[in-house]
Amino acid sequence: MITIKNLHASVDGKEILRGINLEVKAGEIHAIMGPNGSGKSTLSNVLAGKQDYEVTEGEVTFNGKNLLDMEPDVRAKEGLFLAFQYPVEIPGVSNINFLKTALNEKRTYEGKSSMEAKDFLALVKEKQKLVELDGKLANRSVNEGFSGGEKKRNEIFQMAMLDPKLCILDETDSGLDIDALRVVANGVNTLKTKDKAYIVITHYQRLLDHIVPDFVHILYNGRIVKSGTKELALELEAKGYDEIKKEFENTPV
Amino acid sequence: MIAEKTNTAQQIIDAVSASAGKVNFINDAALSDAMLFLENKGIPTNKHEDYKYCNVDAILKKEFKNLSQNFKEVTSIKEFKLENAVTIVVVNGNYSETLSDKIILKGLHINSFNNLDDNGKSILTSQADVNKDAFIALNTAFSGLGFHLKVENNTQLQIPIHIIYISSSNDQAITNPRNIIEIGNNSEATIIEHQITVQGKVFTNFLSEKLIKENAKLTSYTIQDQGENGFSVNTNQVKLSRAASYENTTIMLSGQLIRNNHNVVISGENAEAHLNGLFVIGNTQLVDNHTLMDHQVPNCQSNELYKGIINDKSIGVFNGKIFVRKDAQKTNAYQSSKNILLSDDATINTKPELEIYANDVKCSHGTSTGKIDESAMFYLNARGISNENAKIMLLNAFAEEVIDKITNEELKELIQKKLGFN
Ligand SMILES: Nc1ncnc2c1ncn2[C@@H]1O[C@H](COP(=O)(O)OP(=O)(O)O)[C@@H](O)[C@H]1O
Ligand SMILES: [Mg+2]
Repeated sequence: MITIKNLHASVDGKEILRGINLEVKAGEIHAIMGPNGSGKSTLSNVLAGKQDYEVTEGEVTFNGKNLLDMEPDVRAKEGLFLAFQYPVEIPGVSNINFLKTALNEKRTYEGKSSMEAKDFLALVKEKQKLVELDGKLANRSVNEGFSGGEKKRNEIFQMAMLDPKLCILDETDSGLDIDALRVVANGVNTLKTKDKAYIVITHYQRLLDHIVPDFVHILYNGRIVKSGTKELALELEAKGYDEIKKEFENTPV
Repeated sequence: MIAEKTNTAQQIIDAVSASAGKVNFINDAALSDAMLFLENKGIPTNKHEDYKYCNVDAILKKEFKNLSQNFKEVTSIKEFKLENAVTIVVVNGNYSETLSDKIILKGLHINSFNNLDDNGKSILTSQADVNKDAFIALNTAFSGLGFHLKVENNTQLQIPIHIIYISSSNDQAITNPRNIIEIGNNSEATIIEHQITVQGKVFTNFLSEKLIKENAKLTSYTIQDQGENGFSVNTNQVKLSRAASYENTTIMLSGQLIRNNHNVVISGENAEAHLNGLFVIGNTQLVDNHTLMDHQVPNCQSNELYKGIINDKSIGVFNGKIFVRKDAQKTNAYQSSKNILLSDDATINTKPELEIYANDVKCSHGTSTGKIDESAMFYLNARGISNENAKIMLLNAFAEEVIDKITNEELKELIQKKLGFN
């Protein structure tokens, strides 16, 4: 699905990603863990196409195409979805209008006709239920005045609506209470199919009790320093990040 | 500051005098005062404090070298009509009874300046002081044949009145449309003033004297859509009596030059005035909004909301003066100007001017200028929305606050369509 080779990225001349290699196949769930500031959100943003970051080296192939050549909206239309760590509030743009535009742009890209209003509303209802999102939120401005948990659920709701192939969840669990965590995880598990893949970025092991990963990677200082199976997450939880830091802080670039 | 006089005024006087007869509905004293003012002070340049960003003198010199006053008749206004409104048409500054609707509404009177009654005569020039501003003087000296629109006391007009000011010239011309709008005690009306140029290069020097009597309410819209060859100065001189309410929403859709002088005199207690404005400009357009809220008496409120979207090398100006006189205690005045700059060459000049002589008042102003929100753009892009659509969504969201002030649905839809945000 996605192959990342030797990816380097900088912001304002400061290198943050220092050679990332990762391959994710359809049907797989990969977890990326790592201490704060290690570059997890940078990786997500670079994959989604945020312009603040400059890719200085490396390549990314997404379903056989060069991802880095695509505009951010094209990446999304090709099936990449990023659930933001900090979803943006957009006053004056209604959630429902926003989703309708997004969905119909994607359909046009795929050569399909726009969705009938009736079918669209039915889909909204169905997916809202999945993440237990209050129906009233759909008519409000995008994320405006949403609680932290509502924002995260709204991300998963959008993911459910847009039906992407590769979903990157950037700390979707942070700021969620245990119930909300269950709802989000449940949503993700229900949406999971063998043609989709997930990259789940998290700081804590607890989300991985609900969304069970096939592989776990540890990102530190802009590089994946260790990879393994789900046991690695447990080990990390037991030892803490300090161990990792000690082990890898002096690794030469 | 001394405003230097140039010969532009004389050239205009010569050109306009040559083609028009004497204005016989305005009294001689006002006419000669107006002429004197023009001859002495001329058309303002950017040395004039009020026209600092809006050098009308230079614009007239550059753009109107051949003022021929060679007008073209307009025979149909069908395409501009609203479905649900009484239409009044003014062609090249003159009220056209033939093109206007004949519909008679109870309590509504429209009199051409040729048929003014004593009350009409006494109002004409009573609000707009010829010694205050060159464009008031110019309009007075060469006033088009306007009309006095009067809503009788205790009348609720159910249908909006749509006034179409249409200009058409074979080359370059100046027009001076003028009206009096009077809303009687306890009455209510909605008036849409719509400015259009269909042919030629036209400088429209518009003037309206509006009187809103006790406990009366006027909902007013100004739609400015004169195209790339449209130049205009617009003076609204409004007076509010006790418990009167005035709300104007001005939508500036097109025009190379738009200068709005919106002066509201609040002279009766418990009155309220609201001015809203939206401009969406690009290329080398210049839009200059000057407002004045003159609080003369206690217990009144005023509110202003102006928003601009400024692209290319265009220039936007908002200068809002709030004047609270010594007696005007318990005044509540608020003013806000918000702008988005879409290009590095675009400019906005905003200046609140608060002159407060009473001690128990609430006055405040806020201004903000920014670019389009990049993080919001990226969020929309990341959901598969193209740059073009994302920009439209964000600009629409920004403009909506003003567009939502339009309570007439037909007009609101028309404006949304014209803005192209939906
Ligand atoms: N837009 C940016 N401008 C400047 N520095 C940034 C920017 N984004 C990230 N960084 C820096 O890059 C490093 C990695 O940040 P981030 O990717 O957010 O880490 P994580 O998500 O793992 O906590 C941090 O040192 C952070 O300050
Ligand atoms: Mg992060």
